[in-house]
Amino acid sequence: MASSPRSISIAAGQGFWGDWLEAPYRQVTGGSIDYLMMDYLAEVTMSILQKQRSRDPALGYAKDFVPAMERILPTLAERRIKVTANAGGVNPRACAQAVADSARRLGLSGRLRIGVVTGDDLLGRLDRLLARGHELRNLDTGRPLSDVRDRVLSANAYLGAGPVVDALRRGADIVITGRVTDTGLTLAPLMHAFEWRPDAWDLLAAGTVAGHTIECGAQASGGNCLVDWERIPDLANVGYPIVEASADGTFEITKHPGTGGRITVAGVTEQLVYEMGDPTAYITPDCVADFTTIRLSQAGKDRVRVSGIKGKPATDKLKVSVAYFYGFKAVGTLVYAWPEAYEKARSADRILRERLAALGLAFEAIHTEFVGVDATHGPLARGAVPVADIPEVQLRVGVRAPTREPVERFTREIAPLILNGPPSVTGFAGGRPKPEEIVAFWPALVDRNVVEPCVEVVDV
Amino acid sequence: MKRSDRKRQKRRVRLVELAHARSGDKGDTANVGLIALKPEYYPLLVKQVTAAKVAQHFKGMIMGQVERYELPNLHALNFLLHGALDGGGTISLKTDAQGKVFSTALLRLEIEVPG
Repeated sequence: MASSPRSISIAAGQGFWGDWLEAPYRQVTGGSIDYLMMDYLAEVTMSILQKQRSRDPALGYAKDFVPAMERILPTLAERRIKVTANAGGVNPRACAQAVADSARRLGLSGRLRIGVVTGDDLLGRLDRLLARGHELRNLDTGRPLSDVRDRVLSANAYLGAGPVVDALRRGADIVITGRVTDTGLTLAPLMHAFEWRPDAWDLLAAGTVAGHTIECGAQASGGNCLVDWERIPDLANVGYPIVEASADGTFEITKHPGTGGRITVAGVTEQLVYEMGDPTAYITPDCVADFTTIRLSQAGKDRVRVSGIKGKPATDKLKVSVAYFYGFKAVGTLVYAWPEAYEKARSADRILRERLAALGLAFEAIHTEFVGVDATHGPLARGAVPVADIPEVQLRVGVRAPTREPVERFTREIAPLILNGPPSVTGFAGGRPKPEEIVAFWPALVDRNVVEPCVEVVDV
Repeated sequence: MKRSDRKRQKRRVRLVELAHARSGDKGDTANVGLIALKPEYYPLLVKQVTAAKVAQHFKGMIMGQVERYELPNLHALNFLLHGALDGGGTISLKTDAQGKVFSTALLRLEIEVPG
């Protein structure tokens, strides 16, 4: 870039894998933007993708990304909009290949460059790391990874904005990554466009907060917003959030004109506190941001100004997310109707548990909820409404075990209750519940210097 | 109303009248961000919605400790509820495996406000 622009805009197009398919298209066509940021990776996603790649080496990325890109590629090329996306999962090169194929089919050969960021995947290096004394102790329990080594399915370090900046600097229009942090996908375009130095901690913290604000898509623009929720307009056409940032690290959160939803200080505050730990130390690979320094003000309709953000130096560790096989679980449900719906459901639960005990099945946990009475607020909600009048209650029982057999047997104990348990029961059309493999997560830290990000940029 | 009158008259209200909230998860820990609906409510929240009171409120629902952080700039408190999610995300058998509605469960808490 010849000279730094005065401001740039980054639009959120996807807050998780499974988010609204219309959002990316609306973001690139609904007004002028410079970058489209798409976040696809939750912890659970990496292990699913790892499984897919083990069955087919051409898979292992967020497949929905490819048709989403195919739909917007002509607009991206025409308007020179760049994309940052961690849709690459555990196979960013295959993802980039699929997008390149789409681009060529659309006649865009020679008009787009794709950047690929890898190096986050530690699975193949795990034993060497452990042998060299990197214990990858669980951040919650303190146990060393060797406890579950034989059950590990995937292991990925969280990369920061750095390699994405590198790809943009080398001319990439679309940057496809593996496990790059959600916030890094927003911070990278800012570092690139404004030439922020990698030790400009306040600026990096500002870009990180910008990323945190829009990484969950419409959660910053009226979706899942509690404050004044019933008056948030036109969520059917909700506009996903857009960051308009200046070189000094201040930015505004807004959305395209004519879209639904709402952007207010209260709504943005809800998103800022989402999934927060210690607000003075929001740790990313890029910096440590202090959320207690954020200043918000309403700068106009659907426009919130964000300023004042302070940051501290990045730590010398990177977070690693290890997925490992844990066991099996299943959840069965039945619905009981008035009168005495709750009593009937409770009676059915007692009978079920007695039968499971009589079978001698060993579970790690059996968990009962009465949906409509206590499933979400537990004992805090019991007694909140007169139980006798409840029109229906869903009995929901879940079990968990290290092996499949007891869970499988449990799934056959639900249906019999329809004919041999309490009356007024329905809601079993879905059939027998299925045992499900549990993939659990092992959060750990690794020395930053053992992780080597890799950046490739290719012409389409 | 005079200050002395205000001191005498107190009433109990649920947090839902004073604050809004959003919650999320990190492993087996749920976080609840509690945000004052008006800036003048924030000192009330700081004073009365203590970690101990929140731990008491969620007794039987969470296995671990409650930590509290203050964000005066956002008129918000952040609570970490440890051991709240039956093992967390994929392990959990709970409907609310990711702690999404611990937010509104906290809003059931009653505190004392000037009358």
